[in-house]
Amino acid sequence: MSDPASIRVVLPQHLCTLARVNSEVVLEVAGTVTQRAILDALEERYPMLRGTIREHETLKRRPRVRFFANAEDVSHDDPDAPLPEAIVLGQQPFMIIGAIAGG
Amino acid sequence: MPGIRVLVGTRKGAFILTSDAQRKNWSVSGPHFAGWEVYHMKGSPVDPDRIYASQTSSWFGQVIQRSDDGGQSWHQPGSPDGPQVNEMGMPMGESNKFVYDTSEETGRPLTTHQWYDGTQNPWEFLRVWHLEPSLDDPDTVYAGVEDAALFRSTDGGASWNELAALRGHESGPKWQPGAGGMCLHTVVLDPADRNRIYVAISAAGAFRTDDGGRSWKPINQGLHSQYIPDPNAEVGHCVHRIAIHPKRPNTLFMQKHWDVMRSDDGGDNWFEVSGDLPSDFGFPIAVHAHEPETIYVVPIKSDSEHYPPDGKLRVYRSRSGGNDWEALTNGLPQENCYVNILRDAMAVDEHADCGIYFGTTGGQVYFSPDGGDHWSPIVRDLPPVLSVETQTLK
Repeated sequence: MSDPASIRVVLPQHLCTLARVNSEVVLEVAGTVTQRAILDALEERYPMLRGTIREHETLKRRPRVRFFANAEDVSHDDPDAPLPEAIVLGQQPFMIIGAIAGG
Repeated sequence: MPGIRVLVGTRKGAFILTSDAQRKNWSVSGPHFAGWEVYHMKGSPVDPDRIYASQTSSWFGQVIQRSDDGGQSWHQPGSPDGPQVNEMGMPMGESNKFVYDTSEETGRPLTTHQWYDGTQNPWEFLRVWHLEPSLDDPDTVYAGVEDAALFRSTDGGASWNELAALRGHESGPKWQPGAGGMCLHTVVLDPADRNRIYVAISAAGAFRTDDGGRSWKPINQGLHSQYIPDPNAEVGHCVHRIAIHPKRPNTLFMQKHWDVMRSDDGGDNWFEVSGDLPSDFGFPIAVHAHEPETIYVVPIKSDSEHYPPDGKLRVYRSRSGGNDWEALTNGLPQENCYVNILRDAMAVDEHADCGIYFGTTGGQVYFSPDGGDHWSPIVRDLPPVLSVETQTLK
């Protein structure tokens, strides 16, 4: 079995405050690197973020949260689909973004 | 140290205003939870250092914060300062988990409620509007939430369980959201009867339990709403706020969408006491700390014009429990004032000369040291104020 991948994850400011981290964290993700695998690892390491990105119980993405991988919006992609190699290799961060709204 | 603490929730964070017992010089701390909406903060009556806060966001959902030192520091219950941490020392993250109870043992099936277009819509948790700490136990606190339901924590906010009989009441499918959502915004604990709790829901009405939440009864007899043709409708009323005096808990005062109402039998029957108010639309209602028949409202022009009549910010006081009202204007703007005062944004302190406080959507927090005769702003440039609560420190 291969070593876990070191995945870079960028968080929005308000979630950094809650988790008490800087804007980018690095997570060890075993197996196929997918949205679900990254979010599971993120919530395991920072449990205070449970419910802030995905709903409790249903694990549905909150409506005003978006996911970007390799400059592509993957918010509507299958959460179990493999993410691009640039994410797996740590060349690009997996980005969690609060949708832009308001005036 | 004796003094007053005023807990202010705003659209962009929380602020704490503190003074000594003289109430002349105020210090301001905040913003706490900067950038988040803080719908409500309230301190425990038995431990004033214990304060609960509802921090919420349309982006990132609900967070419950707790302070154990009077608001100097905060943590999510269960976080490293609390008892529930995992092996890595990180919080277990359950403090924001509000899940409707659908278990066979204690819950009710997740039914639907009426949506704006008349169709049925499933209950969906959005946020905590109101936190009501227990009168006896600092670790017990109630949360009124949107979509309307009542939750309780008995571990200082680390985990929450729904009192599901309320949402499961047979009238539930007839409840519908008001303009602000279908929210349970008022929780009143009866100081004389620990099993009796009053709640109010927009737009369903008022409900009461006499058995600690195992069963609930709509208490809306006597409420009349223009938009409900049936004068005896059990639910559907847009109750905005209910207040009681702790020494006379069977007397309830209500600011409804339109109409100021009163009940002297624990909500079984209501009658109107709007009397000579310039408008009986409004949001908050409060009772004087030492005079159970002295009540306060802030008239708003109408449900489509959420600002004071004639651009004059006037608190109205009745010393007779309603019907006869006097305008309190000394120190309040009497021209070009078009702010609103939201339902949880008025409070009183327990000082011998009862202090009255209210916050506006223009960011002012006004204070009267003498029961409403004179007013001045403590702060005037905060974000829009959502809630105001006081703590009288002894």
